[in-house]
Amino acid sequence: MKKKPSPAQNYRDSMQAIGYVPRKQATRKDYERIGFMSGLEVHQQLHTREKLFCRCPAGIYQDDEYDAEVIRHMRPTLSELGEYDGTALMEFKTKKNIVYRIKNETTCTYEVDDTPPFPINREAVDIAIQISLLKKLNIVGEIHITRKQYLDGSIPTGFQRTAIIGVEGAIQLRHKLVRLIQLSLEEDSCREISDIGHWRTYKTDRLGMPLIETVTYPDMVTPDEVAEACQVIRFLNRSIDKVRTGIGAARQDVNVSCRGGTRVEIKGVSRIKWIPELTHNEAFRQWALLHIREKLLERFKKPEAWKMTSRELNSRDFNFRSKALKGLRNAGMKLYGVSLPGFLGVLSHFTQPGKVFADEISDRLKVVACIEKPNMCTHDALKSMEGAEAFRQLRRIMGSKVNDAVLFFWGPEEDIPTALETIEERCRMAFEGVPNETRKSFPDGTTIFERVLPGADRMYPDTDSPPIPLLDDDIERLRQNLPSETIVAYKTMKKWGVPEDVHTYILRNNLFPLLKEMVEGDGEEPVFAATLLGQRMRFVEGHYERAPGFRYAQVAGMMRALRKRGLDAELIKPILPVIYQHPKMDMDSILTSVGYSPMNESDVLANLDFLKKKFSSIRINHGREAEVSWLMGQLRPAALGNMPMCRLKASVSEGVGGNRQDEAL
Amino acid sequence: MSEDFFQGYRGRALRTLKKYNVRVWGQAKIATSRGNFVGTVLPRSENDDDGHIVLKIPTGYNVGIDVGTILDMEETGYKKANYKIPEQEFPYTKGLPRVKLIGTGGTIASRLDYRTGAVIPAFSPGELYGAVPELAEICNLTTEKVFAVFSENMGAAQYKQLAVAIGKEIENGIDGIVIGHGTDTLHHTAAALTYMIKDPPVPIVLVGSQRSSDRPSSDAALNLMHACYTAGHGDIAEVMVCMFGPTSDEYGMLHRGTRVRKMHSSYRSTFRTLGDMPLATVTTKGVKPIKKDYNPRRKNKKVTIMPYFEERVAILYYYPNMFPDMVDSLVDNGYKGIIIAGTGLGHVNKPLYPALERAHKKGVAVYMTVQTLWGYVQMFVYETGREMMALGVVPAENMLPEVAWVKLGWALGQTADLEEVKKIMLTPMNDDITRREPYNGYLVYQGGVPEVEDFIRRFRK
Repeated sequence: MKKKPSPAQNYRDSMQAIGYVPRKQATRKDYERIGFMSGLEVHQQLHTREKLFCRCPAGIYQDDEYDAEVIRHMRPTLSELGEYDGTALMEFKTKKNIVYRIKNETTCTYEVDDTPPFPINREAVDIAIQISLLKKLNIVGEIHITRKQYLDGSIPTGFQRTAIIGVEGAIQLRHKLVRLIQLSLEEDSCREISDIGHWRTYKTDRLGMPLIETVTYPDMVTPDEVAEACQVIRFLNRSIDKVRTGIGAARQDVNVSCRGGTRVEIKGVSRIKWIPELTHNEAFRQWALLHIREKLLERFKKPEAWKMTSRELNSRDFNFRSKALKGLRNAGMKLYGVSLPGFLGVLSHFTQPGKVFADEISDRLKVVACIEKPNMCTHDALKSMEGAEAFRQLRRIMGSKVNDAVLFFWGPEEDIPTALETIEERCRMAFEGVPNETRKSFPDGTTIFERVLPGADRMYPDTDSPPIPLLDDDIERLRQNLPSETIVAYKTMKKWGVPEDVHTYILRNNLFPLLKEMVEGDGEEPVFAATLLGQRMRFVEGHYERAPGFRYAQVAGMMRALRKRGLDAELIKPILPVIYQHPKMDMDSILTSVGYSPMNESDVLANLDFLKKKFSSIRINHGREAEVSWLMGQLRPAALGNMPMCRLKASVSEGVGGNRQDEAL
Repeated sequence: MSEDFFQGYRGRALRTLKKYNVRVWGQAKIATSRGNFVGTVLPRSENDDDGHIVLKIPTGYNVGIDVGTILDMEETGYKKANYKIPEQEFPYTKGLPRVKLIGTGGTIASRLDYRTGAVIPAFSPGELYGAVPELAEICNLTTEKVFAVFSENMGAAQYKQLAVAIGKEIENGIDGIVIGHGTDTLHHTAAALTYMIKDPPVPIVLVGSQRSSDRPSSDAALNLMHACYTAGHGDIAEVMVCMFGPTSDEYGMLHRGTRVRKMHSSYRSTFRTLGDMPLATVTTKGVKPIKKDYNPRRKNKKVTIMPYFEERVAILYYYPNMFPDMVDSLVDNGYKGIIIAGTGLGHVNKPLYPALERAHKKGVAVYMTVQTLWGYVQMFVYETGREMMALGVVPAENMLPEVAWVKLGWALGQTADLEEVKKIMLTPMNDDITRREPYNGYLVYQGGVPEVEDFIRRFRK
C-alpha cells in the first residue's frame, strides 16, 4: 500500500487538483471554468432625522457606556406559509442569552420591543422611492411591512421590519447591464459587542435606522464585475444627497456560487475593495467542497449508510502535550473522541488559502454548539496541537481503520449532544456538496461559517402596520427631482476629457452635479474643475479637519467670487483648506490668510532682475531648470491670484540661460 | 358552502380579480403601468381598501398592486398555503403533576387570520407541545377550550362559566390550573375568579402574553412555562396572575388576583401588584414566595364555587366639573351599583351631591375608590367627604377601582340587601383590602434621578 501524504502535502495536492489559482493570476477563463456566479445585496443607511419606526434620533452612536441592560431569548415561529425556517431552528438550538445594552438617548421602548411600531418615517419612504426610480425599478402600488425573522438576536423583536419599494430594475456597468431583483426599505440592526459561549451582547444605537437594500440577480461572472456593480449601486445611492456616509453606513452581502455549488452569502462586507478576493475564494471553496464530495462518493457507494462513531474519553488516559487539552479537567470540560470513516485526507483537503475541511467543522462547533475555539483537534490538519502518539491511541480506542480520520473535541457537558450532531451533520453534508449558509468575512479574503442561509420561509406580514398606498402623483413629484445618473455622469466626464482617476471620487461623493454646474453654468474648464474637486479637494479632505458648516457647493461659490474680482483661478488651491476648515470666513480674510495682496503684473515682476542676480551669486546648480524653479518659488506668493502661473513661468523663463534641452521637458 | 376564491377582496379589487379570472392563492403575472409583477395573490384584510391586490413575490415579501394601474393579469398556477402548527402528541411523564390549561381566546400559539389581519390562537396540547416543547418537562398537560373571546369582550357570563369549569377540574383532582387569557382585562377576570372560587386547594394561574406568540421574542412561551410550573409545583393555592417581572426574560411574578393591575399598554412587565408586594417570583427552577401569608396547597378536592354576578354595575371615573346627569343616567338606566373613582382621598364636586343622594334613595349601592390607585379612601379628612358619606357613599378602603367593580357585581349577584352587600364589600378577601399598606407597596421610581439610574444600570430592566 502506498504511503499516505502528510496533511500539509495533501493540502497542496488538493489545491492543485481543483486547479486553484491566486486571484492575481486568475483570468476570466478560470472563472468560466468553475462557473463563477455572484449577486449583491447592498445596504445603505438613509439620512433622516429620526429612525424608521420610532422617533429616536438617527445617526447617534454610543460608546461603551450604557444606561441599562435587557436580556431576551429568541424562539422560532411559523412563517406565513406555515413552515419553520432552517436558520431559525439552528439559532434555537444554540440557546443564546442575548443582552442588549441600551442608552436613553438612542433607545426608546420600541427598540426593546416593548411598544408597537409608530407609523413609518415618510421621509425615508420618499428617499427610497427616489433611489428606486434611479435604478429603474417598478414601484409597488402599496407598501406592505413584512417581518423577516432573525433569531441571532440582532433585532430585539426577532424580526426585521422591511418593505419592498420596487422590483425588477437594472443598473448599467461599463460593459454590461446587471438586473436588479428588488429594493427594500428596512430598519437597521443592532451592533454586536461580543459573542462568547452562550452569551451574545449588542448595543441598540444603530437599531431602527432606515436602510435600503438593493438586491441584484446573480449576473456577475467575475470578482471584478461584482466590485464594479457594487460601486455603481453605491454611486446611485449617493447621487441622492440623502444617504449616510462613513463607516458602516454602507455595507453589502455578497452571494457567490460556482457551477454545481450553492448560493452562499458573505455577510457584512464593509469595503468594496475586499469583494474580489472574498468572492474569488468563496467560489474556489465551493469548487473544493465539490471535489471532496466526488472523492467521498467514490469511497462510499451508499452515502446514507455512512456513520461516524464517538465516545467519551478520560483525558487522564492520554499524555497530552497541548495546554488546551491538558487543562480540560480543570476547566470542567468533557473530552470526546470521534472517528470519521473514510475521511482521511478529507479533513486536510484545501478549502480556502490556509484553511482545510477540518476548519469547517470547528467553525460550526463554535457557532452552533457555542463551544469556543480551540474546540477540536485532529491529526489530519495543517497544524495539529497534539502529536502522533495521542492520535495512535485514539485510533486504537475508536477502532479506526487506516482510511478513517479521528479527532478529539471538547466542551461543557450540556453542549456535547449539539456538538455531536453538528459534527455528524457537517460530515454528511460533505456528501451533498456545498451547504447553504451565510459566512462572515475577514480582511484577508477568507470567510467563516456564520449561520444556515435563511429562506423565504422566514417572512411574515407585520400585523402591527397597515399597508401604505403609493400614489402616482407622489411618485411623479419625486421623479421630478432626480439628479443625473451615474452612467450619464460617467459618459459626460469622459467626453470632457476628465482623467479616469478622479471619476470615482467625484461619483462617490456625489460631486458630479456640482462639477456640471461649474462647467456648464460658470464656464469653468472641465479638466481644471474636475481635478480641483477630484484631486485637490480629496487631498484637503485627507489632511485637514472638516468644519461642520462646510459644503462642497462653496468651492463653486468661491470660484465665482474669484472670477468676479478678476483674480486668477489658481488662487483657489491655497483657499480650499481655508474654507474647508473655516466655512464661515469672509472673502477678504480668506485672501489675507492665504497671503494674497493685490498687485498688477509689472509690480509682481518688478524684482525679477534683482532676483536673477541674486541667484547667480548663490547658485550651486547651473541648470536652467533650477534657476526657473528658484525664481518661481520667490515670486509665486506675490503672483498668486494676480497673474496665471503659466504666464509667470513664461516671464521668469525669458532670458534665463543654461541647457536648452531642459526646455523640451 | 362553496370555497371562497376571493378572501377579503371587495369592490374594485374584487372586480379586477374576477375580470382576469385570478383567484386568491393563484400565481399571477400582472402587467401594470408601473411595470410587471409576479407572485402569489394573497387574501386581503377586510379593513383595508378595495384599491389594491396583495401579492407575495418570489423573494417572500408582500407588496400591494394598485388595481388602477393594472393593464393585464394572468393566473399561471395555484397553490394554497397549508398553515399548520406542527402537532406532536404531548408526552406523558410519570411523576409530573397534572395541569389543566383552560383556553379563553388568548394567544399562546397563534396563526394569522387574513380576514382581519389579526392573529388567531392555536391551542391543542399537541400544537402547544410543537411550539413550546419545554412544557413536557414541567407537567403533564391537558387542555380545554371553554370559549374563545378576545380579552376585551370578557364579561359576567364568561366569569361564571370559567369558575364552574375550574370547580369541575378541582373536583376531578387536578394538581393545578392555568388559564390562558388576553391581557387587557386579565386582572378583572383574576379578581372575579378570586371571589367566585372560594378556598381553592390548588393554584389557579392566569397567564397571557404582551407580544403575540407569532413573534420570536414573544413572552408567551416563558410566561406559559412559569404558569405551568406555578400550577404544577407551586405551593400557593390562590388565584394569581403570572406575567413577566422585568421586561427581560428573567423571572415571572405572581400577583394576587385582587391587587394586580395592567399598568402599561405594551410593556412585557405591565402587571404590577399595587399597594402591596407581589406574592412570589417564579422561574422554571421554582416558585420563590415573597409574601408569607398565602393559602397553601391542600390535598383535598374541596372547593365552593359562587358564580354570581350582577351586570348592571358601573365604574364612574370622576373628572373636574362632572355634571350630575352622569350619575342620574346610570340610576335611570337601572344600574344597581356604582363604583366612583374619585380624586385624591376620594372626592367628587358638590353639584354631584343631589344626584348621589337620589341614587342612594333609589337603592343604588355607591362605593368610593381612588383614581390615584395607591392609597386609601379617606373621607373623614375633609368636610366634603363626611358630607358624601352622609349621602350614602361608602368608602371602599384601598380596594382598586376595577376590583371594587368586580366585587360589587359579585355581591349584588348574591343579594339585593344593601347592608348585606356592604358587609361583603368591606370584608377583606385575599387582600383586596389590606389593613395596612407596607412602605414598599408604593414604588414608582422616576428616571433621571442618579440613584435610580444607577439601580437600573446594575439590574436588568
